[in-house]
Amino acid sequence: MPEVIAADGALFENRWVVVERPAEGESLTIPEGQAALIPADLWLAGYDQFAGREDIGVWFDSHDEPELLAGKAQELPLIAVNFPRFVDGRGYSIGRLLRERFGYRGELRAIGDVLLDQLQFMKRCGFDAFVLRADKDITKAARCLNFFSQTYQAATDTDQPLFRRRAS
Amino acid sequence: MYVYDEHDRQIARERVAQFRDQTERALAGELSEEEFLPLRLQNGLYVQRLAPMLRICVPYGMLRSEQLRRLARITRDYDKGYAHVTTRTNIQLNWPNLEDVPDILAELAEVEMHANQTSGNCIRNTTTDPFSGAHLDEIADPRPYCEIIRQWSTFHPEFAFLPRKFKIAVNASEHTDRAAIRVHDIGLQMVRNSAGELGFRVHVGGGLGRTPMVGPVIREFLPELDLLTYLESIVRVYNRYGRRDNKFKARIKILVKALSPEGFAEKVEAEWQQVKDSPTRLTPDVVSHFQQYFTEPDYQVLENATDTLASLRFDNRQFDQWLTHNVASHKKPGYAIVTLTLKKTGTPPGDVTDYQLEQIADLADEFSFGEARATHEQNIVLADVRQDQLFELWQRLVPLGFATANLNTLTDIICCPGGDFCALANAKSIPVAQAIQDRFDDLDYLYDLGPIDLNISGCMNACGHHHVGNIGVLGVDKRGEEFYQVSLGGSSHHDASIGKILGPSFAQEEMPEVISRLINVYVDHRTEEETFLDTYRRVGLAPFKEKVYA
Ligand code: SF4
Repeated sequence: MPEVIAADGALFENRWVVVERPAEGESLTIPEGQAALIPADLWLAGYDQFAGREDIGVWFDSHDEPELLAGKAQELPLIAVNFPRFVDGRGYSIGRLLRERFGYRGELRAIGDVLLDQLQFMKRCGFDAFVLRADKDITKAARCLNFFSQTYQAATDTDQPLFRRRAS
Repeated sequence: MYVYDEHDRQIARERVAQFRDQTERALAGELSEEEFLPLRLQNGLYVQRLAPMLRICVPYGMLRSEQLRRLARITRDYDKGYAHVTTRTNIQLNWPNLEDVPDILAELAEVEMHANQTSGNCIRNTTTDPFSGAHLDEIADPRPYCEIIRQWSTFHPEFAFLPRKFKIAVNASEHTDRAAIRVHDIGLQMVRNSAGELGFRVHVGGGLGRTPMVGPVIREFLPELDLLTYLESIVRVYNRYGRRDNKFKARIKILVKALSPEGFAEKVEAEWQQVKDSPTRLTPDVVSHFQQYFTEPDYQVLENATDTLASLRFDNRQFDQWLTHNVASHKKPGYAIVTLTLKKTGTPPGDVTDYQLEQIADLADEFSFGEARATHEQNIVLADVRQDQLFELWQRLVPLGFATANLNTLTDIICCPGGDFCALANAKSIPVAQAIQDRFDDLDYLYDLGPIDLNISGCMNACGHHHVGNIGVLGVDKRGEEFYQVSLGGSSHHDASIGKILGPSFAQEEMPEVISRLINVYVDHRTEEETFLDTYRRVGLAPFKEKVYA
């Protein structure tokens, strides 16, 4: 499995598989002996069975609503957000809401069409783990995560916009 | 005018370094066309029909003379020696080389300029009234708020990949709207409430393009300090729920329409309740910090030069015409606001050469505290000219071709680059503008006709704002040939409206005659006081239609 990039650009081993949404009428199959990310609504639907399990996390697609997990986000060991196409910016809002509104503090992972030039935006929106698309050069991630040392607006990484930092 | 501090400078430098790195990776084949596309667009770089095009940002239209000189040098060193002022008050180069763009951006950064977010599906350059800070009818100077919005929207991490482009405009005049806020994704009208507090009336979902709409009000009064949290709420709702399946339905206006303005406002309000007390809320100190950059220049205590000007007018008819049409009154006695028209017949509207840019810089230094403003009507404004220097300034403007006294008349045409330059065009727009300007070259006749907005776009993208022209002209493609559809009754002002299509489209050579006939209908029907738009609104489309298709 490809390695995962941490927010500081370091690489670590991936131990999670993403379980696709089952087709209509099929049921969810979770691989044996493997930590798995399942669609967030299915986790909620099977809450009795999944709650508290350290090897079951969830993933959101870009059109999913993070409000779904309100109040329960913190119970999860890992949440991933899928960027189906890198130009689909909904995942950034999902990241910020999970962190800033629903208080999620565990690993927040970007998956899907994750490219180098969007990493810093993702990091600012609360993501701290990135599975880069396989054809991209993972060694460049650290640089791309840190193009900017200053930012104008508040986001998940800092609640202080530059106009407040300037003032202090 | 805003001046960078160390933070702004650092961000600007890092941006240039980032784009250099991205361009290198693109040229090395590490980024596909598709992957590089939004990156270069957000740095102002298009690839057009004939060559790349670089759209340089002029935040809310403000330019310093050193910036004008640098732009002149860049057009000379990297381009063919001319630039184009756009309807978003930006400045476009039409022929730069892709490889040179990082160097151009580095040169711009040295004079506190950039091309950030002048294209792409992100928050674009915020525009405002080019007379800001200089005219009387102003609730407050809108520019500090524009700069606050600029900083907030620059590289906003959540909003770099919106469903579609996003434009914000601010107007601070009570009685006029020179910023066309009702046809923006967000239009902010500065207002005071009954307690005398400053705030904004918020319009959302106006816009041109395929589905032109006048933006409805979603909030009558937003206190000034809540500006950014509220904007963030609007854009977040849009980012999450705007359509992404169809490019033509992706603008915020479609979402506002689908949810209804009330439904949309409710969603924004719910979001805002969660963020309104966050540190993104402005403070009075923050607002003063930004206001200090837009204080009054060193005005002298002067009297109005009424007598001197009257005798000069009497002796010189052309000066008289220019004074009437291209000079507006100023809030300070003894000063005036001057518009330099870039609409001389024979020159594409909005085009300026490197030499002219340098001349404008010199004129700004000599006559207007070193500042100039680009307008969305593609002209240049010198906002603080002494009345006793108007005659001298006028004499300098005439040989430069900037004194055509046709401001707000039929030949002060707003026109996009069209088929001569733009890859998306259905038809050429510049030759149509020129043919109309040629036909109507009698200034007295133009004055008699009064204010008429004639706007021309080369395609549905409506960069020439044709929907809000009193007369709008749109290039269309009919079986591979260039045709022009005409609409009447649009307005971008306080009484904003979208024009109605007259009927079947016309060939290029018919256009001057079509315009003539429309004008004749107006002349036949008008009452003494009526403008073209008034007459149209009273008599409707039918009489115009009858004459044109007769
Ligand atoms: S309106 Fe169309 S033709 Fe004109 S500049 Fe815009 S995209 Fe190009």
